[in-house]
Amino acid sequence: MRKILIVGATSAIAEATARLFARQGDCLFLVARDEARLVAVAENLRVRGATEVGQATLDLCETDRHEQVVAEAVQFLEGLDTVLIAHGTLSDQKACEASWQRTRQELEINLLSTLSLLTILANRFEVQGYGALAVISSVAGDRGRQSNYIYGTGKGALNIFLQGLRNRLHRSGVRVLTIKPGFVDTPMTAGIPKGALWATPERVAHTIKNAIERKRDVIYVPWFWRWIMGIIRTIPETVFKRLSF
Amino acid sequence: MREGRYGSWGRYPRRPQQAVSMRWRDRVPDGLFAEGSVLPFGNGRSYGDSCLNSAGYLLDARGLDRFIRFDPVEGTLACEAGVLLSEILDLVVPRGWFLPVTPGTAHVTVGGAIANDVHGKNHHRTGTFGCHVRRLELLRSEGTRHLCSRTENADLFRATVGGLGLTGLILWAELSLRPVASEAMEVRTTRFGNLEEFAALSAQADQDHEYTVAWVDCLARGDSLGRGLFMAGDHAAGNSVPRIKPRLDMPVDPPFPLVNGLSLRLFNLLYYHRPVSRGLHRQHYRDFLYPLDRISRWNRMYGRRGFMQYQCVVPRKSGTDVIGELLGQISASGTGSFLTVLKVFGDIESPGTLSFPRPGLTLALDFPNRGKRTLDLLDDLDRVVVDAGGAVYPAKDARMSSNAFKSYFPRWLEFEEFVDPGFSSDLWRRVAGGGG
Repeated sequence: MRKILIVGATSAIAEATARLFARQGDCLFLVARDEARLVAVAENLRVRGATEVGQATLDLCETDRHEQVVAEAVQFLEGLDTVLIAHGTLSDQKACEASWQRTRQELEINLLSTLSLLTILANRFEVQGYGALAVISSVAGDRGRQSNYIYGTGKGALNIFLQGLRNRLHRSGVRVLTIKPGFVDTPMTAGIPKGALWATPERVAHTIKNAIERKRDVIYVPWFWRWIMGIIRTIPETVFKRLSF
Repeated sequence: MREGRYGSWGRYPRRPQQAVSMRWRDRVPDGLFAEGSVLPFGNGRSYGDSCLNSAGYLLDARGLDRFIRFDPVEGTLACEAGVLLSEILDLVVPRGWFLPVTPGTAHVTVGGAIANDVHGKNHHRTGTFGCHVRRLELLRSEGTRHLCSRTENADLFRATVGGLGLTGLILWAELSLRPVASEAMEVRTTRFGNLEEFAALSAQADQDHEYTVAWVDCLARGDSLGRGLFMAGDHAAGNSVPRIKPRLDMPVDPPFPLVNGLSLRLFNLLYYHRPVSRGLHRQHYRDFLYPLDRISRWNRMYGRRGFMQYQCVVPRKSGTDVIGELLGQISASGTGSFLTVLKVFGDIESPGTLSFPRPGLTLALDFPNRGKRTLDLLDDLDRVVVDAGGAVYPAKDARMSSNAFKSYFPRWLEFEEFVDPGFSSDLWRRVAGGGG
């Protein structure tokens, strides 16, 4: 039975993954911004078999409160061995280009709030000598593109941070999993027409759960994005800068 | 907003739909009711146009798929309206509970089951799905929320059960469950030679068994008109749970419809004469109650033109005569159905103002869509059913006339008072001329 903290627990991918944990009777502590939705998610997980479900309402940009919320989770779960960080927004690229203020907000929510949490959690796990940190990043962090490079900047920096953290924590037995979903059919992407490359949150959730259990380092979901991004990364910059996507 | 993946199970009529998805019961998407009418859409298992709203939007409620409370002592379950019955069974059967009423597929949502006040093979024992709804919450287009039950907002409750999604959006419901000992069922199959034999078998079996249903060879004529197989089943105790048959799929449209005159004749002949084991045999509940769920997307069998279901109920008094007349017309038309199902509805009253089930004999068939020929045949059948004082099931209909509807549902004006002005459907505009 795992003791799992889920941050951004009302996101579609996090909720789908939490259902898989609940089915095997894990203990869960959920963090999200919207109280009513958090309650709806928690009730569902209890009925679906989670042994205990605790919750805390938090705007993740309030980094001052991170320490306290993590402590609440540890107290509720009587320990902590797994964390899934899943919160974030899909930045409005055009709005960010027009406004530094907006760009900074996006980086605060998609990057800085995550780094704050990871700092607290990494230190705790390093001391206890075990634990799994699973963080949802994105294929958008693999190469900057004109259509979403603000979002990509946050995810790219996050990927580097996670690489370093994985390297640092390896010897203390703490695992760090970088999750890079491609296109997922969630409310975050509701405005985008869907094609064959789109995956459901349920499919992504299964992959995430397996990757945590198998102690993987970096996963692409679905798997074929590893190859797509591999090709995209090899395009020389002199060519890439002329492309429009 | 998206198009493309919304359609009805019969794939007729095919009309492009626009949809808005809903994932949370606390808040509706911004500006939802601002332009055009909406219609809740669950899992798209209604056959005709009762789940389409070509002039407005579909409100995709499948994302409302959370459980709220399960009381394993009392046997009650509260869940959001987009939860599938199959998901409920996966949760409650291992804890010794079952749904008191389920239709022939478990791939329907709770909201859809209420809105169509669905029935099952145990109608003579437990009535309709709506009989077991303790409470529900309804969201109306003006933004108000109403708790409805037999005692609170009772008139709105009666309109919503069987109300075809027109009285507002069902957000969640609380259901009563019934205990079962295991996943196993005990089933007995008996061959019958004509409708008289069916009536006699049914009268006895409905006393002795919880689930009864008959398959009828719709192409048989003369003395063997109405011959078929009668299936009776009950939940069973015991540790040996039968294996579930392997699942199948119809992943693409066949290049031509697999249902044609020859395949129908062959299937009906072979199925009637299939070896029937004497005595009881054990089956998994899924194989007994939901045989077609084994083949996902079986509706593709009929090809791109789709098919039409026809389910009617006629009063018991002259029931077998009327069913005989209907079967005679179908047999003479040469167009027919793989699955012709005959069952006796019991006397338990449906709670819905517009509910379809009522005491009598119910006959259900599906017809490959052959355009005018099929529509004419169904109009002929309607004339017989109207004369008999019966009704046709809106959840399976794509073509009944407004006059036929008003004859089938004499309380429709009483119902209309509770229709939400922001809601409508293709079916509703056709039969009642209502809504934008």
